[in-house]
Amino acid sequence: MSTSRGPSVAAICESHRNDRFRLMDIVLDVQRSHGGIDGTALDAIAKALGIARVQVESVVSFYVFLTRRKTGTYVIRLCDDIIDDLKGAPEVAAALESELGIGFGETTEDGLFSLEYTSCIGMSDQAPAALVNDVVVTDLSPGSARELIRSLRAREPVRSTVASNLHLPGRVIFAELERGAALGKALAISPAEVIREIKTSRLRGRGGAGFPTGMKWEYTRAAQGAPRYLIANADEGEPGTFKDRVILTECPDLLFEGMTVGGYAVGAASGLLYLRAEYAYLRELLESVLEKRRQAGLLGKNVLGKAGFDFDIRIQMGAGAYICGEETALINSCEGLRGEPRTRPPFPVQEGYLGKPTCVNNVETLCCAARILEMGAGWFSAIGIQGSTGTKLLSLSGDCARPGVFEVPLGTSLREVFTICGAEDPIAVQVGGPSGQMVGPADFDRAISFDDLSTGGAVTVFGPGRDVLAIASKFMAFFVHESCGYCTPCRVGNVLLKERLDKILDGRGDASDLDYLKELGDTVKITSRCGLGQSSPHPVLTTLAKFRPEYERRLRPSSDGNNPGFDLETALAKARP
Amino acid sequence: MSEPISLSIDGTKISAKPGQTVLEAAEDAGIYIPRLCFMKGLKPAGSCRVCTVRINGRAAAACTQPAAADMFVENDTDELRRLRHNVIDMLFVEGNHFCMICEKSGACELQALAYRFGITAPKYPYLFPKRSLDASHPSILIDRNRCVLCGRCVRASKELDGKYVFDFVGRGRGKRLAVDAEHGLSGTDAAVADRAIGACPTGSLLVKRIGFTVPVGRRRFDREPIGSDVLKSPAGE
Repeated sequence: MSTSRGPSVAAICESHRNDRFRLMDIVLDVQRSHGGIDGTALDAIAKALGIARVQVESVVSFYVFLTRRKTGTYVIRLCDDIIDDLKGAPEVAAALESELGIGFGETTEDGLFSLEYTSCIGMSDQAPAALVNDVVVTDLSPGSARELIRSLRAREPVRSTVASNLHLPGRVIFAELERGAALGKALAISPAEVIREIKTSRLRGRGGAGFPTGMKWEYTRAAQGAPRYLIANADEGEPGTFKDRVILTECPDLLFEGMTVGGYAVGAASGLLYLRAEYAYLRELLESVLEKRRQAGLLGKNVLGKAGFDFDIRIQMGAGAYICGEETALINSCEGLRGEPRTRPPFPVQEGYLGKPTCVNNVETLCCAARILEMGAGWFSAIGIQGSTGTKLLSLSGDCARPGVFEVPLGTSLREVFTICGAEDPIAVQVGGPSGQMVGPADFDRAISFDDLSTGGAVTVFGPGRDVLAIASKFMAFFVHESCGYCTPCRVGNVLLKERLDKILDGRGDASDLDYLKELGDTVKITSRCGLGQSSPHPVLTTLAKFRPEYERRLRPSSDGNNPGFDLETALAKARP
Repeated sequence: MSEPISLSIDGTKISAKPGQTVLEAAEDAGIYIPRLCFMKGLKPAGSCRVCTVRINGRAAAACTQPAAADMFVENDTDELRRLRHNVIDMLFVEGNHFCMICEKSGACELQALAYRFGITAPKYPYLFPKRSLDASHPSILIDRNRCVLCGRCVRASKELDGKYVFDFVGRGRGKRLAVDAEHGLSGTDAAVADRAIGACPTGSLLVKRIGFTVPVGRRRFDREPIGSDVLKSPAGE
């Protein structure tokens, strides 16, 4: 029997009032205090919550930060994002393996260390980076990785090394905010007037989809059902994106102010901040800001003395799943379910969290909303361009001198972006992360905006010598890993896309493989159920469109009419003893 | 709200009752939209994507999309036939489907769909996954090699049997059917009479010892292609 490090499973369930909708909190607590959620724990949770054991197992097995088997005291999760790769993560990985004497996916015999890979942790500006339990260590080298292990063995506390890297603060997000200034102005007018102000500003969602925020608020307010909810989506998982990290660190008050304004506008009594597991290190800071706001009368009963307006905010932790950035998957996760997207309709504004009208907004969107109330819709819409008002936070990383966060007016061209971040001679740029598009020099004069180069924030720069097909393959591996598996095309199609792309990368492709990739990619894009699957073929489809010579130069013409992708010796080797 | 809804499918005007999905309305009008994860009497899941149609130009699953006035639905087009063919191919290569030795042959909806689409061999490479078998239950066998993750057993157990025998665990390509016990189906309250067992469209859930009661050649899809029942008997005629 293993010794548990904390309270019993039953006690943990009890501390969450045996509420099955708080299953995420429960399993995260069990994971933390017991090192894993084994069969006995599954039974105990199911019993306490009055649900089926397989239902608990279903949730636990969905999220990568939750495990059935017991993990080490220190779980080291090395980010295996493409930027980490380019900045030396493979050498760091080798150093960790040799220092620990285990491979990835394993735990040391003394039970002290587990070693894992993980998807982008929002540190591409200071890669290679890793999580040690909740603590983030960045700018790793083989030497510093070995040093880290030695100090952990000596039981020295590990210190976070996250740098803010806010290189260009702008007027909307990073200007000073007097606590309560935006909220005071909002509460002085009616909710309908607040919504009108947001509509006048022409604010569109900053998470990537660009839906008009004022309309979303209006739909939520108009929906039948109470109570209503407002959720801030801080599940920033798109590889290469880290702007919400900087918002949450530098100006959490602005976010909470925006959430409270939104809550007032849509008629919500509570708000949730869905915080990705990778950002657990920010939770303490965020809770303390929330507490200060409660004490200042900015949250709680009769907010700022406004009779009848009660609003408070709870932080809901995620557990490692990119798909939870999709708003209906996020709502499922908040309810203690697998992070699978829901069937639409009904839309969340009609039936969302706990079946009630729910408005889900991106962190940056809510910050914009607060500033619009403070400064006025006219002030905001004067920034940016027609159809894309305001500023956009860009997470710049890759081959540039100053990786970090930059707040620029929408409508800024890629070429201007290169100048401010010091990208000398890029050959390719990934705009919007893997789900966005890979563009080449012919597109560098295009503008960052909703109607041209749309991005949730990631702009990843690749310089001379980088291989766009290898990058695309890495992105496909990401989607294979992050597909929830609910629908066929995304679950299977992404595996098949990667297989064929790798065949070409391996020099075994022929011309017919390009048509195959296009047809397969289109099938996944058209038939997938949610935004993940509908955009997951983009690494293949956009490189096929913009970098076709990169494919063609690797194709092997068939000399004898046979399939060049088939190698007899390799095929036979598998069957030989 | 009880006014019938008028919409068109491939140019044919049909009417739908309020609350009906596009698939249900089509079926009542004698129009077959191919499907796999859909089963009458269960909440639709929209997971297999075989019933993908275009509605006013946008792709959607007919089984979950509520019918609405003036919808312009495309169903039997070259593009949609090709997309569905591709999705069915994916289901074949994802699992280990060997029809010639499967006791469900002739009564299997996946096999029947392949015949309907003229699929003799999938165009994609086989993934040959390693999947497990659960023969622990005295009367029911689970062969996960043949599971297409449609979720019909999961839903039927909850919605029709009032039990919770099945659920999915894992995600992405690691997603698989699991049972409500540590050591296999025998640890659950599953029974042969459960609607969940009969809900399986393939040979993944089988009742033991009756596999060849109906001989191969005289089974449902040996007699007529899948979808024939819909095409033959539009409601109200």
